[in-house]
Amino acid sequence: MMSPAMRRRLPAVVTATLLVAMIVSGYLRYPKFDGQAIYDLFIDNGFLLVAAIGATFVILSGGIDLSVGAVAGFSTMFAAWLIVRQGWTSWLVILIVLAIGTLAGLLMGAAIHYLEIQPFIVTLAGLFLFRGLCFVIDDNSISIRDPFIAGIAEARFQLPGGTSITLSAFIAIAVLAVAAYVLHYMRFGRQVYALGGSEQSALLMGVPVARTKLAVYAVSGFCSAFAGVLYIFYIQSGDPSIGVGLELDAIAAVVIGGTLLTGGTGTVLGTLLGVLVFGMVKTILNFEGTLSSWWVRIFVGSLLLAFILLQRLMVARKTPAPA
Amino acid sequence: MTEPVLEMKGISKEFSGARALVGVDFRLFPGEIHALMGENGAGKSTLIKVLTGVYHPDAGQVTLDGEVVRITSPLQAQKAGISTVYQEVNLCTNLSVAENVFLGREPRRMGAIHWARMRSDAAQLVRRVGLELDVSAPLGSYPLAIQQLVAIVRAVAISAKVLILDEPTSSLDRSEVEQLFAVMRRLKEQGVAILFVTHFLEQVYEICDRVTILRNGALVGEHMVAELERKRLVQLMIGKALGELEELTEHIRPAVGKAMIRAEGLGRNGAIAPFNLDVHAGEVVGLAGLLGSGRTEVARLLFGADHADSGKVLIDGEPANLRTPNAAIERSIAFCSENRRAEGLVPELSVRENMILALQAARGWTRPLSTEKRDELVARYMKALDIRPSNPDLPVSSLSGGNQQKVLLARWLITQPRLLILDEPTRGIDIGAKTEIQKLVVELSEGGMAVLFISAELEEVLRLSHTIGVLRDRQLVSQIANAPEINADRIMEIIASGAPA
Ligand SMILES: Nc1ncnc2c1ncn2[C@@H]1O[C@H](COP(=O)(O)OP(=O)(O)OP(=O)(O)O)[C@@H](O)[C@H]1O
Ligand SMILES: [Mg+2]
Repeated sequence: MMSPAMRRRLPAVVTATLLVAMIVSGYLRYPKFDGQAIYDLFIDNGFLLVAAIGATFVILSGGIDLSVGAVAGFSTMFAAWLIVRQGWTSWLVILIVLAIGTLAGLLMGAAIHYLEIQPFIVTLAGLFLFRGLCFVIDDNSISIRDPFIAGIAEARFQLPGGTSITLSAFIAIAVLAVAAYVLHYMRFGRQVYALGGSEQSALLMGVPVARTKLAVYAVSGFCSAFAGVLYIFYIQSGDPSIGVGLELDAIAAVVIGGTLLTGGTGTVLGTLLGVLVFGMVKTILNFEGTLSSWWVRIFVGSLLLAFILLQRLMVARKTPAPA
Repeated sequence: MTEPVLEMKGISKEFSGARALVGVDFRLFPGEIHALMGENGAGKSTLIKVLTGVYHPDAGQVTLDGEVVRITSPLQAQKAGISTVYQEVNLCTNLSVAENVFLGREPRRMGAIHWARMRSDAAQLVRRVGLELDVSAPLGSYPLAIQQLVAIVRAVAISAKVLILDEPTSSLDRSEVEQLFAVMRRLKEQGVAILFVTHFLEQVYEICDRVTILRNGALVGEHMVAELERKRLVQLMIGKALGELEELTEHIRPAVGKAMIRAEGLGRNGAIAPFNLDVHAGEVVGLAGLLGSGRTEVARLLFGADHADSGKVLIDGEPANLRTPNAAIERSIAFCSENRRAEGLVPELSVRENMILALQAARGWTRPLSTEKRDELVARYMKALDIRPSNPDLPVSSLSGGNQQKVLLARWLITQPRLLILDEPTRGIDIGAKTEIQKLVVELSEGGMAVLFISAELEEVLRLSHTIGVLRDRQLVSQIANAPEINADRIMEIIASGAPA
């Protein structure tokens, strides 16, 4: 029989196994699949990783955030507009959009907690608001020619074996490390899990529920904006329709990474695995070359379904163990 | 005389028109164990929740250490030195035992949670109440009684000046209760003031110094336990003298004919060793055994809540496939679970909807009950079980703990099952209602219902059962016919020795 602690990690273990299998088969099947392809996973999916980290906080706390993609898209547009049209200093602009994202999350969290509206509804409203604002700024993309942005976008670290990694990918990994530390080693992290376990119990155990909930959505808002900033480094422009559906990809990655949608169980490292699986699906289909990109969605969709079924099974089996 | 560490004066609290507390005074002295008693719905838990800031009182004031305080949240109460175990286990089942014990007070090293120390400290604290647990396993993987002990461990670990225990002993066995009392005595010596809610009179007389009695939200009186007779205490609680339950006249009823339900070699790995068990129509079979001895597991197998690895179930002599609870419900088996919060009531639904749930499920959703029929059934059982307040439209979560338990019982009684499995049906139920429920069980069995009765209270099992099954270490070690010479000590002996009678 499996110990309960092991059973909780089962989805993450399955994901990890799947990832390794995908990488090995990619390596065997495609001659061009080398070490660099692995780094490219991080480079091409850095923004998804950061967005998914924010989503992990929210989902762990028992909530949901649908505004992720819209906030990210808005961040690219607003930053591009400030830098290109208003001539503001680019690093300052980046700080501003990060602050706006955080504030937006905070406000949504406040609406959810104090007005007792479903997170689904509040963040859906946030999605429409920010996506709308994108198009208020401009219908078309605004390309950014800024030395600071270009500098970061092009910064690469050489790694052994002729491979390299971008600064953006590095930043995404740093965000991951910070998030893992916060969730595992800070009291705030424990409070997030407690909240996701049972809000009622958390309250009675003395968890500052209001503060924790607001903070969780603020973290998600911050990560969404951060994902937007990484987009800017990736494509060096602002685009009103960028990040459409990013929230869904992020949620999918979180679930595939073993976090329960009902909250309270999961880790950001699992989320990393989820993002990498997501990226590997894209990579493999790219290498295949002949398949349409919709196969990515279909494959990820099936994977998601499989994982949700797995979770159901685990919850159904949760009869108390012998004392 | 010393000053009270805590004083509540003129506390009133109304819930949308219903008055839960009316001008209640309460005081608590350091180094004293103070019982708070009253019927189900008297307002005990509400008084506690006002004190810890879960509810805000409509009137009244709280004085802590001689200073008037306004406590607005459980967190603030904790910081002010008030530590609480609430009536229902209110911990997070997704977190590990250690995390639950230390949530909000995790030991840290250079700002980071010190996991190794947290685990070893938790293991040590848990050991002090006589438990050996894997503290890194999620709390939800342990049975309710263990969860209740962990809640107590948590409350005790927060070295507080006021410790509040709202029915902490409801799902504990004698030995755990003894452990708890040892802890309480130690804290008392250290000068901690303890507020203790229980429905067990013996516990009050064993450990409490002073008792405050509430009735219908109002203060009845405060007495020294030593100066108060039991009879008088009960009278104060229920407002009248308690009728005694007549002795069961025919204890040993010969088992006539085929068993209504028979388990042959039924077992499940790690839960319960294969056992044979018969329950006849009109018979009450009681299960006795310590915590974790497999009592609940027997019930779950018979109800199809768990899958058996071996053996079979015969109903009226025919093999029956009880793979799911639904199959069992169709065969007229009802199971009133001990865990009302996780497996029983749906808090958002009304009392009426909760009561009707099992019957509706048995009929299938395509054949809804008529409104009149439904209302009549609900009204009948609300009256029979004296569920208060007697308004079936209230959300069940607004009822007191004991009254919620009655709703769960009513849900299964309404289905008029042939086999009724009761797992700790009188947990958290006040002394008056308890006798009522025991009477009801006797009546039902006389009417031909087969009853499997599980309770941590041996006296209760002895009073009601025709046959007693004794469990030990996940094994049904003995089945004996009840007889006048069989008493709690005899059962305890069997449990201890594991030998059949
Ligand atoms: N949240 C609530 N909303 C509405 N009514 C409530 C709420 N909580 C309690 N009540 C009502 O207040 C009264 C007192 O309930 P309380 O839980 O304090 O009783 P109790 O003495 O603890 O009973 P028990 O022994 O059954 O636990 C009951 O009539 C109950 O229905
Ligand atoms: Mg109560």
